[in-house]
Amino acid sequence: MKKKNKDKQPSILKKASSFLSIRNLKYEYIRRDEENNVEGITTAVDDVSFDVKAGEFIAVLGHNGSGKSTLAKHINAILFPEEGEVILDGMDTKDEEKLLDIRRTAGMVFQNPDNQIIGQVVDEDVAFGPENMGVPTAEIAQRVEESLKTLGMWEFRNASPNRLSGGQKQRVSIASVIAMHPKCIILDEPTAMLDPRGRYEVIRAARALNEVEGITVILITHYMEEVIHAHRVLVMDKGKVKMEGTPREIFSRVEELKRMRLTVPQITELAWELKKEGLPLSDGILTREELVRELTEYKHRKG
Amino acid sequence: MIRDITLGQYYQKDSLIHRLDPRTKLVGTLAYLVSLFIFTRPLVFALAAVFLILVLILSRVPFSYMLKGLKPILFILIFTLIINMLFTRGTVIFSWWKLNITIEGLKQAGSMGIRLVLLILGSNLMTLTTTPTRLTNAMEHLMRPLKLLRVPVHEIAMMMSIALRFIPILLEETDRIMKAQLARGADFESGNAIKKAKSFVPVLVPLFISAFRRANDLAMAMEARCYHGGKGRTQYKPLKYKGRDFAAYTVLILYIAAVVVLGKLC
Repeated sequence: MKKKNKDKQPSILKKASSFLSIRNLKYEYIRRDEENNVEGITTAVDDVSFDVKAGEFIAVLGHNGSGKSTLAKHINAILFPEEGEVILDGMDTKDEEKLLDIRRTAGMVFQNPDNQIIGQVVDEDVAFGPENMGVPTAEIAQRVEESLKTLGMWEFRNASPNRLSGGQKQRVSIASVIAMHPKCIILDEPTAMLDPRGRYEVIRAARALNEVEGITVILITHYMEEVIHAHRVLVMDKGKVKMEGTPREIFSRVEELKRMRLTVPQITELAWELKKEGLPLSDGILTREELVRELTEYKHRKG
Repeated sequence: MIRDITLGQYYQKDSLIHRLDPRTKLVGTLAYLVSLFIFTRPLVFALAAVFLILVLILSRVPFSYMLKGLKPILFILIFTLIINMLFTRGTVIFSWWKLNITIEGLKQAGSMGIRLVLLILGSNLMTLTTTPTRLTNAMEHLMRPLKLLRVPVHEIAMMMSIALRFIPILLEETDRIMKAQLARGADFESGNAIKKAKSFVPVLVPLFISAFRRANDLAMAMEARCYHGGKGRTQYKPLKYKGRDFAAYTVLILYIAAVVVLGKLC
């Protein structure tokens, strides 16, 4: 492929300018009754603007119906903005001629593992994307091997997807996207239907892709624990971006999060409750280790 | 349990027949089926049976496995035999009440029975040695000339393979919905046929809704992965004829020639 070498490892250093830029995006779902009259309008995404740098790991948080999935579908041109614009790697998503380029630049992993695996065998599914892109046969085989090995699913290459666990299916889905050599992957609630073990597998895979391969990751989720490792977190509520910042900054604002019906990770909540009771702890504690360290320090100081 | 259903009853083994190109097997099976119906001479049937047994030995599929394939058609087979035996006119050799068994009837029943058995065994052999994916692939290739008549060959093949992928998933879902409805007191067992059919409505409605949702999700996932029809699409595992396929075609032609010679001359 023409861009094969270039699109493999975009690093933050190489490209400092914004990779994805969303400006005043607005999208409405219009409900119609049987006679096609407008029954009601739901504004799913309302005047959202933000930028993502190449190589970043962004998490978008929000409870159900906050518009986060709708937002995600705009990034790789599955939905088109009604107002505003989405510019991905210099391409306007409204440009129909660039449609395939946009979709190969930003791959997408969906929520339901069963409904996104097209092949009857794991390796055939991974090959589906490259086949559509017109990659030569010899290179498809190479890409399939490479991406299945990256996700640790190579030994399952001849298995039927129906025999895999949820976490394994999602890893196959990620491998299928990686085989298209995208610069960015969007994970749209990839763990919502998985058990804790599957969630751990998928999040670890996403982090590895970001850290090792330098792929920009946009993770849409409502599990707080999954966003701790993100570089930046956006919190959405009722179609708007309500908060933006590092995980630590976001989780220092426990009360605001609670008002948006979001819960903070257990450890953060515990630290917050302790602080309310008068212990001198810092804001936005994310991990158990941090809390233990602060508590022991406090104990030493107190004598 | 339900996820263990394998469609097309593929029997995993590494044999010459398994390794043949699926197109060769598809064409071969069709030719074989036709060869069974051109002539009615016993010698032709003998040849066809010998040919099938040879292929069966090469395929290394256990014979008991093949016989299992005959079970579902046992009833049709016996029914055909009886009808043919009783209702063919000719020289009567045995007669009881209004029923007459004739020489011609026996012959007719015999040849029909042999034909049916060979027909089922022959097509079973193909599905036992070829995965559904490869069969779909072969059909797409063989139907390519139809593209000139604007038949959407690629789309048909894609639909078939998606159907094959989703049948086990939908079966599992049906099972789950039935259990859910049973837990709410639904009754699928009692009553007459109409009542039973009606009792399935609460299963079918959620099943259909979920199938549509799945179709929607799948379409989106396919689009997200750059699917835009068959145009400009390359293949991961393209079908390629190898030496063994040409050998197989030669054997097939020889077999057909032998059938024609035996049928015409003897």
